[in-house]
Amino acid sequence: MTGDNRVQSGGRIDRAKPIGFTFDGKKFTGFAGDTLASALLANGVHLMGRSFKYHRPRGLLTMGSEEPNALVGVGSQESRFTPNLRATQVELYEGLTAVSQNNWPSLSLDFQAVNGLFSSFIPAGFYYKTFMHPKGAWESLYEPLIRRAAGLGRAPKARDADHYANLYAHCDVAIVGAGPAGLAAALAAARGGARVMLFDEQAELGGSLLAESAARIDGKPAADWLAATLAELAAAPHVTLLPRTQIFGYYAQNFLAGLERVSDHLASPDPKLPRERLWRVRAKRVVLAAGAHERPLVFPDNDRPGIMLADAARGFLARYGVTPGARAVIATAHDSAYRAALELAQAGVAIALIADLRPNAEGEWPEAARKAGLRVETGAAIVGTRGHLRVSHALVAKRWADGSAGRGEAIACDLIAMSGGWTPSVHLFSQSRGKLAFDETLQAFVPDVSAQAERSAGACRGAFALSEALADGAAAGAAAVSAAAPAPVSVEGAPAAHGGFLGLSPPHGDPQKSKAFVDFQNDVTARDVTLATREGMRSIEHIKRYTTTGMATDQGKTSNMNALAIASQALGKTIPQVGLTTFRLPYTPVTFASIAGMSRRELFDPVRQTPLHAWAAENGATFEEAGLWKRASYFKRPGEDVKAAVARECLGTRERAGMMDASTLGKIEVVGPDAAEFLNRLYINAFAKLGVGRCRYGLMLNEAGYVMDDGVIARLAQDRFHVTTTSVGAAHVITLMEDFAQTEWPDLKVWFTSTTEQWATIAINGPRARQMLEPLVEGIDISAAAMPHLSMREGHICGVPTRLARVSFTGELGFEVNVPADYGRAIWEAIWAEGRKVDCVVYGLDVLLILRAEKGFIVVGQETDGTVTPDDLGLGKMIAQSKPDFVGKRSLAMPDLAREGRKQLVGLLPDDSQFKLDEGAQVVDAIAPAIGTSALGHVTSSYFSPTLGRTFAMALVAGGRSRIGGTAYVTTMQGTALVRIVEPIFYDKEGKRLDA
Amino acid sequence: MKFSYLSLARQALGGHQGWPEQWRSPAPKSAYDAIIVGAGGHGLATAYYMAKEHGMRNIAVLEKGWLGGGNTGRNTTIIRSNYLWEPSEAIYGHAHKLWHGLSQELNYNVMFSPRGVMLIAHSHHDEQSFKRHIYANRLAGTQNEWLTPEQAKAFCPLLNIDPSMRYPIVGAALQRTGGTARHDAVAWGYARGASTLGVDIIENCEVKGIARDASGAVSGLETTRGPIATKRIGVVAAGNTSVVMAMAGVRMPLESFPLQALVSEPLKPIMPCVVMSNTIHAYMSQSDKGELVIGAGTDAYTSYSQTGGLHIATQTLEAICEMFPTVSRLRMLRNWGGIVDVTPDRSPIISKTPVPGLFVNCGWGTGGFKATPGSGHVFAHQVATGEPHPINAPFTLDRFRTGALINEAAAAAVAH
Ligand SMILES: Cc1cc2nc3c(=O)[nH]c(=O)nc-3n(C[C@H](O)[C@H](O)[C@H](O)COP(=O)(O)OP(=O)(O)OC[C@H]3O[C@@H](n4cnc5c(N)ncnc54)[C@H](O)[C@@H]3O)c2cc1C
Repeated sequence: MTGDNRVQSGGRIDRAKPIGFTFDGKKFTGFAGDTLASALLANGVHLMGRSFKYHRPRGLLTMGSEEPNALVGVGSQESRFTPNLRATQVELYEGLTAVSQNNWPSLSLDFQAVNGLFSSFIPAGFYYKTFMHPKGAWESLYEPLIRRAAGLGRAPKARDADHYANLYAHCDVAIVGAGPAGLAAALAAARGGARVMLFDEQAELGGSLLAESAARIDGKPAADWLAATLAELAAAPHVTLLPRTQIFGYYAQNFLAGLERVSDHLASPDPKLPRERLWRVRAKRVVLAAGAHERPLVFPDNDRPGIMLADAARGFLARYGVTPGARAVIATAHDSAYRAALELAQAGVAIALIADLRPNAEGEWPEAARKAGLRVETGAAIVGTRGHLRVSHALVAKRWADGSAGRGEAIACDLIAMSGGWTPSVHLFSQSRGKLAFDETLQAFVPDVSAQAERSAGACRGAFALSEALADGAAAGAAAVSAAAPAPVSVEGAPAAHGGFLGLSPPHGDPQKSKAFVDFQNDVTARDVTLATREGMRSIEHIKRYTTTGMATDQGKTSNMNALAIASQALGKTIPQVGLTTFRLPYTPVTFASIAGMSRRELFDPVRQTPLHAWAAENGATFEEAGLWKRASYFKRPGEDVKAAVARECLGTRERAGMMDASTLGKIEVVGPDAAEFLNRLYINAFAKLGVGRCRYGLMLNEAGYVMDDGVIARLAQDRFHVTTTSVGAAHVITLMEDFAQTEWPDLKVWFTSTTEQWATIAINGPRARQMLEPLVEGIDISAAAMPHLSMREGHICGVPTRLARVSFTGELGFEVNVPADYGRAIWEAIWAEGRKVDCVVYGLDVLLILRAEKGFIVVGQETDGTVTPDDLGLGKMIAQSKPDFVGKRSLAMPDLAREGRKQLVGLLPDDSQFKLDEGAQVVDAIAPAIGTSALGHVTSSYFSPTLGRTFAMALVAGGRSRIGGTAYVTTMQGTALVRIVEPIFYDKEGKRLDA
Repeated sequence: MKFSYLSLARQALGGHQGWPEQWRSPAPKSAYDAIIVGAGGHGLATAYYMAKEHGMRNIAVLEKGWLGGGNTGRNTTIIRSNYLWEPSEAIYGHAHKLWHGLSQELNYNVMFSPRGVMLIAHSHHDEQSFKRHIYANRLAGTQNEWLTPEQAKAFCPLLNIDPSMRYPIVGAALQRTGGTARHDAVAWGYARGASTLGVDIIENCEVKGIARDASGAVSGLETTRGPIATKRIGVVAAGNTSVVMAMAGVRMPLESFPLQALVSEPLKPIMPCVVMSNTIHAYMSQSDKGELVIGAGTDAYTSYSQTGGLHIATQTLEAICEMFPTVSRLRMLRNWGGIVDVTPDRSPIISKTPVPGLFVNCGWGTGGFKATPGSGHVFAHQVATGEPHPINAPFTLDRFRTGALINEAAAAAVAH
């Protein structure tokens, strides 16, 4: 079938290009230029969906992105399946596979439609009043049932096969909407030489002009004017035209976000094309020309398939050559529906009746309809409809003066085209924080005061007539480029249309007994809205939340004004008194992946690798995450397990020598005449008198007095320091330095440069470390006498400049070779070659953690957690008492930080020397602590030590230092373990090895 | 009228004409025994328990907008109690107990749904921190358990545990008793309960000033609906607390940040629980209606604007698509923000203040919805008796002077 309901000519489809597609497994044919909606209508299919709550059969209400009913799932492959798409926006392509949603077993026979029978038992908010007993039944019984019944489409089960792109753009004038107002604005702005971007959500630019068959603009048929205008814009050098691009968000400082549908409409898109593009646009000026939405009339059973908005009915004919019915009743309160009636009649649709709610209808359009011989009844209301899967009758009655209506006369029809008038689309204006005002004449909210460099034009601010919209758009476009408004173009054949009606259509009988839908998708009826007001919901936000009106996927585009009118009537207030709900972005739904772009897997966050990464990877390293860094944990040899590798690396380092890549350590060059003073204020230690060539361990607190970072700081010259930080803390520390320098001590002359990536850092530890380096180093005497522990020298290694430090985080004799990053690998290999002569090992982070813990050295973030003071760690002596101030000093004097009984760092030796405590386990006094027992503290680090041949741990324990020598228990997953509390140092207490 | 199947059936037969209003809308009286500022969940719960447990009936709740329209009506409703420190476990645990049975207590279905809250660990550091929580929680009798990646996937089949992730999942901490509730119903249920007990809930009534007598004690409030006398004020104004407290000259250790959330279009059930990742800043659950409910981290800068930037939603959706790859074709339906009040130690303040008669309950930041019943219950005690309930005793304003912080950011926020 190519469609029984297609007229012979006209419309913007290409009858020479038939296109095959399926809906619910059934094959159909449409034409190039069709949407799924128009193609189904052409084939006589009106039933396209089921509603959310009552599962009522539904057809198209609209022709655009505001469609609430016709939601479908599209895609034959699981990896390209998309639910909840509006059939009105899905462009037809060969092989398109669409399915209906939210029904079982089928669209035409849906068992859950029984909900409709019980509808009087499940009014708005019923779930707040029920399902409470017995206790626990909600989550075990009712909720699972409700969840299964709720939801619209189903989510795809496979990973998305498409990709998505992100773009940033700037322009002088961004114009949203390419109808007459937007096009006129674009012309005016482009002629003024501005960089213009014109966005429209539809596949073709033109807006209402695409369905304009009668009017003449500038002496030409509207279609010709449109073509000429688009040609001029396309040829203009600074104009970007973006069809299929919906602006969905209007943020601060004229920042617009738009979604472009790039390839969904193509049968076999180039795989290089993204599916969608996200545009982030910063515009000097914005012109909103977003048009208006037609409103339904709220009468009983206004939701049957075959009941649609009048201008949608006209639009399907004008744009797609489809007649949406054979015999129509027009239900209206606005002149524009007369135009629909006339055009439908011309195409051969029988117009049974035009029922106009208004007492009189005297505009040019009603006159034209009368002249054409159409039957017009004014003061006539629709008081009901009949039909099941398609409307069969309209019940038309006289409207009485008291606001009610008489008994309806059944008029046979298969189409009801309705119009309650037009609502300006103020969503984006409202998102921009502009203030709306209620226009009493238009009975609509219109933009009042702009909050940004923005101007609304055309129907979105109530300038509905074609001539008005064109003039308004031209003026807005000209104003955006500070030009005078151009002379208006002539318009013929497009008389203004007036009218409108808000709220519940005059009912026959008790409106509480019928279902007159306000929000179609969420099944909210007029009586739900009045029920909410009766129950004390006075704010429109409460009414919205209680009934869910306006909360469906169309976000109330067709329903909000009617709901507001019904509510204000029930509350006895005016519409502006009740007010609007906020317009939340996005304007229509936006694909997650479009916003997320390429950011997945290795592109999710940058991966930082050291200059020695490749060497480590080639030599068997296993890596772990440390912030953005990849760090080698250990280097397993063939046949080794983790424990064996760790033991080999530990013992090798302690007994001979070990090398480690320490390049991830943060490095900051702190320079300036006041550099020493600056560090003096930032760290707890004294730096003023640190000699050139010497290093000092530095501990940094936050303002609350707690340890925040640590590192070794070397003085290279009077005014120059090489500062190291923790690997993960580097960025934070330099930010903090800048913060203090710029805001607290702007008088200090000091500058900071992050040099983490400039240097490759190689740590060499162990008794044979010096032996390995000696042959390679030039110009530095590294003997124990010339280069004591905690010193730094500049010189060369293998001909490359180096900063060589004598520091140790393992307790062994230790050096740190810093060389420019590009030389890192070569120097590493040279040292490694020397190392092999003395049987050196390479070790990873896991090994370092054990070696340092054996010595009782802390790791910030492990022994500390933002609640630990230097004294808690046993490092109180580092505080330079002579300093007048440093960051955190004031807080250290607070009563709680100075009190007795704080948690202090201790060592733990499990009674069972082979049992490893869990890090994070709680330290308690009792062997079997009762629930609710207060913990004494927790285990911060716990390892098996190959050197000691046993397990050990560090812990923060209340009053810990006074408990040394005693015992305690540590919780395990099974129970508790007995531990001895010892000093937090397990190896070489005297520090002899360090000074070797 | 009691809500039940019976009343629903009766009303159905009568066309639902007989439902009474759920709460009254009285004009403010000239004086009250006590006034709560802010009709969010916490403020309404406070008033409810003051009336119910402390017999105070001549009290009012003042709200500048519509009740429940602040963070209560904007949050992602995650409820859990597996916090680290004992005072936190006590208050969140207290709330957790009250959640079980709140629907019955209020005769209002708040849809508390303990479907499980799973926190994802992406690194060795996360694992250490989560296990520490688990050990602390077990000792306190708070349910929390460690799952391997495979167990986590079994609990939430949508979860990606592929090693190709940028931050592969190394495990998860699961609180099976955690879950969600319906935020509006919590506000409405407490409002109805309080109003029925005689509490005046006055909407569209913004507090503009706090009056004090010669001794410095509070004597009343200036509001957009006129002055109201009272000797006891409880401020529960979330993101606006600093502004209200400044009216009494009290400077608060708070920063206000926008926090965003978003939902997808409704879908058939795919997400059986709540999944959170603090490391990559995203969390997700699915509402009864079928919408995926997604939350983000706070904006980087302080602000009172309820719309956050697109870059924050971007980061969140990046993380969501990474953790749940099959949701990437789904679509964002609504995106919004709320203003959260953040303390330096990320724990609330439920306390008296230096001004006699002035009490404050704030600082719940990004996570106070879960505490609503417990917070209201103990704050009612504080305002009604002037003395703290044992559970809120540690959460003083004074702790920022003494240093006795309850640092819940602790185990998460510090570097290696
Ligand atoms: C996006 C988002 C997601 C969140 N997700 C979660 C979550 O998953 N789990 C969780 O536990 N928590 C979450 N939270 C936090 C949670 O929402 C809040 O901690 C909690 O709701 C605070 O409740 P409240 O009653 O104190 O505040 P609110 O509900 O904000 O109430 C404060 C009230 O005070 C009123 N007010 C302010 N100033 C005045 C004045 N001068 N006069 C009169 N009235 C005034 C306000 O209008 C407001 O109604 C989230 C928050 C946000 C913003």
